[in-house]
Amino acid sequence: MTDKREPILIANGQGFWGDSILGPVRLLREGPLHYLTMDYLAEVTMSIMQKLKSRNPKAGYATDFIKILERILPEAMEKGVKIISSAAGVNAEACLEATGEVIRQLGLSGVKVATVTGDDIYHRIDELLDAGEELKNMDTGQPLASIRDRITAANAYLGAFPIAEALDQGADIVICGRVTDPALVLGPMIHEFGWSPQDYHLLAAGTVAGHIVECGAQCTGANYTNWREIDNFALIGYPVLEVYRNGEFVVTKHEGTGGKVSVETVASQLVYEMGDPKNYITPDTVVDFTTIQLREEGRDRVRVSGIQGGPPTEFLKVSISYLSGYKAVGQLTIAGPDALEKAKLCADIIWKRLEYDGVTFDDDHKLVEFLGTNVCHAGIAPAPDDPAEIVLRIGVKDADREKVNRFGMEIVPLVTSGPPGVTGFAGGRPKATEIISYWPALLKKKYIWPVVQVQEF
Amino acid sequence: MKKIRLWDIAYARSGDKGDASNVGIVAYDERGYAFLREVLTPERVKAHFKEICRGPVDRYELPNLKALNFILHDSLGGGGSESLKTDAQGKTHGLGLLYMEVEAPDDLPVYPRR
Repeated sequence: MTDKREPILIANGQGFWGDSILGPVRLLREGPLHYLTMDYLAEVTMSIMQKLKSRNPKAGYATDFIKILERILPEAMEKGVKIISSAAGVNAEACLEATGEVIRQLGLSGVKVATVTGDDIYHRIDELLDAGEELKNMDTGQPLASIRDRITAANAYLGAFPIAEALDQGADIVICGRVTDPALVLGPMIHEFGWSPQDYHLLAAGTVAGHIVECGAQCTGANYTNWREIDNFALIGYPVLEVYRNGEFVVTKHEGTGGKVSVETVASQLVYEMGDPKNYITPDTVVDFTTIQLREEGRDRVRVSGIQGGPPTEFLKVSISYLSGYKAVGQLTIAGPDALEKAKLCADIIWKRLEYDGVTFDDDHKLVEFLGTNVCHAGIAPAPDDPAEIVLRIGVKDADREKVNRFGMEIVPLVTSGPPGVTGFAGGRPKATEIISYWPALLKKKYIWPVVQVQEF
Repeated sequence: MKKIRLWDIAYARSGDKGDASNVGIVAYDERGYAFLREVLTPERVKAHFKEICRGPVDRYELPNLKALNFILHDSLGGGGSESLKTDAQGKTHGLGLLYMEVEAPDDLPVYPRR
């Protein structure tokens, strides 16, 4: 089922769970759209969601999505804008239920909502290991057995075809679990233009389009080196893609919005979080980023063409999270005179008091930063000799939660038992928080069956 | 020869890939790209980030974008939620690379930071 319209307009209004909720609201208000995507999932997000779900069976999805739906759904339905999001996290059922509740509360009806699942293998690890899948760490080659009992989440990355299938079935809203970020954008292209799994160049083009917009305003002037060139950051335009059947597309933004779309702002985002540019691997294709051509064709319009891709691998990437210890970080502000000298003394006092009490940490598990002395660009940019004030940031990590909490108790006391001018302890005692580590692995595609279900509310 | 900073001829963006950061640097013009290819060896980038990058540096070329992509291994104190560092995701490494001062031919076009 393909519609005849061309180009299709796809915008992304959320780059991660925690992004400004104004993105999607403004995108609907500020200009024409056919599809609105919202990306919520980072590696660590899956683990947070799995933990939330273990405490509350109704949790484990991106709740911001529901708050945004409350604001935008009537307008989206009226304008015929379809919504595609990775909001389902590890609990598509609860996300679907909450979406249905919003639809009822808004007095809407006839809204088709699809879920795309099958990515969650948290409860299938043993089955997969028994079947002979090793799920070795892709980076280190270590066997999964070394962390087996500490796994907190495990998901395979799904591609774009299940999303297209949901749209083929008439879905107005598609809520997905762990799909690749670009799949949210590629899905509607496959649906509209009828691209096949063998159309590698087209799938590659759609993947690049998705990569460009997946961090929202980062392709429309945000985080751009020449930031003074960017007008109106406050109401920066979120990216809109005009996509053609032949795979060419234009990156633009709505008229009158802030920001800028230029070859520079788009190229900046193309190299973001890039590995080997000739082998950008997704479930649907392997993209060669060295084939991308950018051309400015008017104010805030960049045409992207020439993209080539090849057949996908027989694997899906799997993201496994596991508990690997605890950490705590606290901070104090130290005013001058002699701010840096006193800050160094404060750090020294904290370690000595802990040592007195028999609490020590490996050097590799301790951190001391003097913010204001060029921590981010250490050894690169000059640091001031005598900064007027310093933020001391001090932290530890360890397998023992109690030791980490003991550390947290020795920071605030510096205010009354250290040198003068120590303040800024408003955060109080830092508490030990879990360290969730990431275990990338590969899994043969035959073990994963994406599930698409559509329900009308 | 003249002394320039890399921000005179290029712009950059960086992010994280596990415990590595990636730094993409893009030249404003073809001459700038050719110059970057010549001076920005992995060894030189590694030396520039000596207090930040503890592992090897990989380099990839994207001539179509006039860009080089560097992977700075072991630069994020464990990366992700393992890191205690302020810049646990290498967000500032791109600007860090642009600070680099190099000797350039007098006629190499520069685009003052703006």
